[in-house]
Amino acid sequence: MSTVVDGVGKAIGRADDRAPISSLLKDNLRKVFPDHWSFMLGEIALYSFIILLLTGVYLTIWYQPSMQEVVYHGSYQPLVGIPMSEAYNSALHISFDVRGGLLIRQIHHWAALFFMAAMVVHMFRIFFTGAFRKPREFNWVIGGSMILIGLLEGFAGYSLPDDLLSGVGVRIVAGIIESIPVVGTYLLFFLFGGQYPGHDFIPRLYTFHVLLVPGILLASVGLHLVLIFYHKHTQYPGPGRTNDNVVGFPLFPVYTAKAGGFFFIVFGVTVLMAAFVTINPIWAYGPYVPDQVTAGSQPDWYIGFVDGALRAFPNWESENFLGHTWSWNILIPCVLMPGILVALLLSYPFLEAWITGDTREHHLLDRPRNAATRTALGAMAITFYGILVINGANDIVAQAFNLSINQLTWFTRIGVFVFPPLVFIATRRFCLGLQRRDRDLLMHGRESGQILRLPHGEFIEIHTPISDDEKAVILAKRDIAPIEAPPATDENGIATPGLRAKKWRAKLSNAYFGENVKRPTLAEIEAAEHHHHDEVAHEIDVLHEAGAPIPSELTD
Amino acid sequence: MSNDHKTDIATTGIVEGDIVEFPLPPHHHRLTDTDPRAARRAERQVSTMFILSGLCIIAFIAAYIAIPETSYLNLGPAGTIQTSNFMLGLTFGLATLLIGIAAIHWAKKLMSDEEIVDYRHPVGSPQEDRDAAKAAFDAGVAESGFVERKMVRRTLLGALALFPLPLIVLLKDMGPLPGDSLRHTIWRKGSRIVIDVTGQPLRPEDMQVGSLVSASPADLKAIQEADGDQNARAKASIILVRMKPSDIVSEQGEGWSWNGILAFSKICTHVGCPIALYQQRTHHLLCPCHQSTFDLADSGKVVFGPAARAMPQLPITVDSEGFLVAQSDFQQPVGPSFWERA
Ligand code: HEM
Ligand code: FES
Repeated sequence: MSTVVDGVGKAIGRADDRAPISSLLKDNLRKVFPDHWSFMLGEIALYSFIILLLTGVYLTIWYQPSMQEVVYHGSYQPLVGIPMSEAYNSALHISFDVRGGLLIRQIHHWAALFFMAAMVVHMFRIFFTGAFRKPREFNWVIGGSMILIGLLEGFAGYSLPDDLLSGVGVRIVAGIIESIPVVGTYLLFFLFGGQYPGHDFIPRLYTFHVLLVPGILLASVGLHLVLIFYHKHTQYPGPGRTNDNVVGFPLFPVYTAKAGGFFFIVFGVTVLMAAFVTINPIWAYGPYVPDQVTAGSQPDWYIGFVDGALRAFPNWESENFLGHTWSWNILIPCVLMPGILVALLLSYPFLEAWITGDTREHHLLDRPRNAATRTALGAMAITFYGILVINGANDIVAQAFNLSINQLTWFTRIGVFVFPPLVFIATRRFCLGLQRRDRDLLMHGRESGQILRLPHGEFIEIHTPISDDEKAVILAKRDIAPIEAPPATDENGIATPGLRAKKWRAKLSNAYFGENVKRPTLAEIEAAEHHHHDEVAHEIDVLHEAGAPIPSELTD
Repeated sequence: MSNDHKTDIATTGIVEGDIVEFPLPPHHHRLTDTDPRAARRAERQVSTMFILSGLCIIAFIAAYIAIPETSYLNLGPAGTIQTSNFMLGLTFGLATLLIGIAAIHWAKKLMSDEEIVDYRHPVGSPQEDRDAAKAAFDAGVAESGFVERKMVRRTLLGALALFPLPLIVLLKDMGPLPGDSLRHTIWRKGSRIVIDVTGQPLRPEDMQVGSLVSASPADLKAIQEADGDQNARAKASIILVRMKPSDIVSEQGEGWSWNGILAFSKICTHVGCPIALYQQRTHHLLCPCHQSTFDLADSGKVVFGPAARAMPQLPITVDSEGFLVAQSDFQQPVGPSFWERA
């Protein structure tokens, strides 16, 4: 026995007298987790978050959240003698006069980008595999909220150095707040402690960034993980995998090593990125001055879709009869559009459950093709989002492809309505096609590509049956039939309560599932297999009679 | 299947197809399970990575001591980079990465890779627990008298409803009320217009046709120092352009320009970015943030982009000493729209 193991054993023994550690360990040490690359996306988000907490604390050691004006005297020559805020001064100090400070800043920024990207891709995985279904709806809501909160947190952090680039971003947000009806002006004055930019905003943003939001995120991450632990992880369909079991490797030791090791890999890659690739070179932008701007200014990618919408939206503004201003050109793209998007996102599991009427627990993941309409909706949402992100960089895209901003703006304005439905239709068709192919594979096996000419001149293609592993995956599909609208009145002539909602539901249900390809029943498969068998037997007979050699594909 | 609750197809649409279960495929042993030499090799690989990781940490400390943060490394096309950033990141990153790769290699090659099966149980509490919880709750409610003692209940709810108000009221002093501060800038009748960078007052002769100057009121510096913030600057910055008087199509007010010299706010009416991209041929001013474009020869009108309102024009003239000055403050609020703007 190694001393380390002995020591841990003794420590647990002592702790056990004071808290029921062993009872906890007994149930959980060998907890089973299934293996799949797509299950690592959430891990990347989690580890990036831990890296953010660690590096963030280091940054707070030197960072000064103050808008007080100071004159720079640090070792970055081009800025010496320039007046700037203490915040910017301290961010420069971290970058040039704290050894390893730049590294920490860059790790922090890269980790923030990975954190957001991992959360978003993780969400795609959850969505397309239906992992959000009962009993995991609450975790979907927590996850979706974390993306939103992460976005605000990232924006806040990005603004802390108070450089010219991020300062312009804050100016834009202030302008957006001003556009909010009735309370906008007051909100602006309360948030900024008076007129823009004032001298309160950076200190307030700092508390938000290092205390309030990390606290909320930490609590959310904790709850998210507790629920994952309690629900046990979902798994993909396959041989031996059912809705009632979970097949994989134990938490200890395999996942301790794999997941623990993966933390170090994520951390290592982030550090190497920070070592080699400069991110957010604040010294190149200069200090924030409210009447200066850098050309081609870009927010971090996760803000891009709002910026893209803001750029493309027509310049509508109107006044109400009291002379108040409605800034539709800002309200719709920056407040309404993201609001609707978030509401749809957070409520999706409940909408889908209402449409399917499905109240069962789901622990076996859907293959995206089997939920054709859901998959198509997801693809449609991604298209919508993607077009806006691209338009968020329209000046750069225009330059790169030699287009005019005008052309691009119109492309976005029209494209954002045209492309998502097209992608929806194409994706849905594609999924239904795959469903059909699956059905064929079950019924008739796979075309081997081998053409056989029978002695009497007929050509046949040899079909080989698919393996049990493949069958297990395809047969895991559970069909859902569209719900029918109830009659307006029951047999006693009494009006059906909530008829309109029920009719809507029937319509949606039909749109969702009306065209789904039914999984064959076992009887159908058996019949098909018999038929196939007979056919092969017949072919062998024919070949035999003709005295021709019999290919091995037929006899296997 | 524990989850195959009896369901009614007509209302739920769920079709319970036949459930076919396939057994777990047989386990295949790895080379490291069967060949002790392969296992030892894997063990050596893992340990080597741990050792290398430790060496990287030592290298990190050496680099921390040896490399001053003022030294730079030229990476050719990838640009110049702080040597200390590069070396510290490289050593620490590799040390971290090696631990990760070693641990996963260990798990994959040497720990059991036989899949094990665990069973799920319905997630919710069993019915007897629900009943017991409800009974406990009901007992508590009954003992508290929350239902019968209406007066206590109602006054409690009333008190709790008022309780958060101080927390909201206290927020009032987060900032002053807007008042009419958004309607004014520090421009006044006779404010001298100075070049922003140098602080030099401007005469009309200093500006050639086609030129653009970023400018501000002469007293901006003093006001900014007194206020200790950049609020005045954020609203008062202007641009001056000079064009042929015959090119001017329209202005926001009669006599607001001086011999083809026009002054406009520099703050975009969309969401407030400062603007300085000017095409002298078309007299177009382009905002770099969302590409709103304003025609300065035609009252600063929006010709393209998401901004809804023309760029506010500052009426200017020339004072007795021949310097450019403002005739008054802006006649409308500068910057983004707001609810009370009108
Ligand atoms: C999910 C969590 C977080 C995200 C997404 C995030 C994001 C960011 C970003 C993008 C920056 C700009 C970095 C740059 O200068 O390029 C930043 C700066 C900063 N962050 Fe965070 N952060 C997070 C958590 C934290 C935590 C937990 C702390 C402290 C306890 C922290 C402290 C700081 C400080 C002090 C700065 C300013 C330092 C500087 O920019 O030089 N952050 N953050
Ligand atoms: S701020 Fe100028 S176009 Fe948006």
